[in-house]
Amino acid sequence: MNKGISFTQAFFTLLKRDLKIAIRHKGDIFNPLLFFILVVTLFPLGIGPEPQVLTRVAPGIIWVAALLASMLSLERLFKADFADGSLEQMLLSPQPLSLMVLAKVLAHWLLTGVPLILVAPLLAVLLHLEANSYGALMATLALGTPVLSLLGAIGVALTVGLRKGGVLLSLLILPLYIPVLIFATSAIDAAGLNLPYSGHLAIIGAMLVGSLILAPFAIGASLRVSTN
Amino acid sequence: MVEEKTATTLVSADNLTCIREERILFDELSFDIQAGEIVQIEGPNGAGKTSLLRILAGLSRPYAGEAKYKGTDITRCRDEYNDDLLYLGHLAGVKSELTAEENLNFNLRISGYDDFETNQILAKVNLSGFEEALAGHLSAGQHRRTALARLWHTNCKVWLLDEPFTAIDKKGVEELEHLFLQHAQNGGCVIMTTHQDMSIIGDDILRKIRLDYRFI
Repeated sequence: MNKGISFTQAFFTLLKRDLKIAIRHKGDIFNPLLFFILVVTLFPLGIGPEPQVLTRVAPGIIWVAALLASMLSLERLFKADFADGSLEQMLLSPQPLSLMVLAKVLAHWLLTGVPLILVAPLLAVLLHLEANSYGALMATLALGTPVLSLLGAIGVALTVGLRKGGVLLSLLILPLYIPVLIFATSAIDAAGLNLPYSGHLAIIGAMLVGSLILAPFAIGASLRVSTN
Repeated sequence: MVEEKTATTLVSADNLTCIREERILFDELSFDIQAGEIVQIEGPNGAGKTSLLRILAGLSRPYAGEAKYKGTDITRCRDEYNDDLLYLGHLAGVKSELTAEENLNFNLRISGYDDFETNQILAKVNLSGFEEALAGHLSAGQHRRTALARLWHTNCKVWLLDEPFTAIDKKGVEELEHLFLQHAQNGGCVIMTTHQDMSIIGDDILRKIRLDYRFI
């Protein structure tokens, strides 16, 4: 019996397991996506189909819907593992906890963030987004949604032991989401006016790098507190 | 050689106090558990058996006192301790969306092993033929066995088992008892909670730690 699993192998073992479970539980992938599509398609019905109005609000609608969809799916991140004892096993495994946590967050992002990024341009057409804003929309979503998953995971880790943690979770993490929302929508607006938006992207990128480095430790520590 | 082995203290409790819901479950509890010992923590429901195991595993922090692994506080040697610890909680950590084989494969790989035949190990817990069955479709006993299968492929010395015999049939319990004895002979220790009487592990081998229900 030798312990020959490297950190990378452990990381991918966990990632593969989470993806496999999600694929067998299809609702988990489609619910947030369906929510995203529904919210965005309802807006033109609610505020009228005038292209000028829709063009003006499109970046905000898409980003707010993406943000809420990602928050809606967060609870699942650790809840099932907590309920069946897998989380305890993860905490006691000889692999570094921050690595395990990062694998779980990556799985979550692949299942909820990536589908959102893929359908976003299609929904942008419905909202008459300016033609030159598409690049900015995709870039902000690609950089911003992983930040949402990483920051959200801290909130989930803190509330996983509570029976009704849903409301508390939103209160905890919404303030953390706001900077991402502001910089992302203003980047898309800037792109629509043909202004440079690399500065906005750089700030979102910095948030991504910062949360990528710090969030796994915060999530790990929060999980230890929650299971106490 | 044998003398030396039996003299090593693997896990110890140093003046542990645990308070839950403003009730003292136990206070100033101290004991040492040597390599080769099989320990049963007994006591009525609500006496704090699971809490004690969770503290010894490092999942919960005691109100006061320290849980130690080879003389060092477990929070200070977490990596080393986790590498030598096999904890099976009240919840088995078996994913119902995965098959028995996938569950075992995952559990072993995450514990660091890469040289095992899942079929052979599952055969030892009488799950041959159920490798491809989703754990959610298995019976309670088979579900439990999926979790227990890890015990047959491990080199961890410290086993903390919370109610390992739940839902396991008589023959299965006997097999587990044999395994515990073998593990103890190989220099490991087993700390478990159970309400069931054991037939093979006699009172001469089994050490009991009693927790009483307290009203204050």
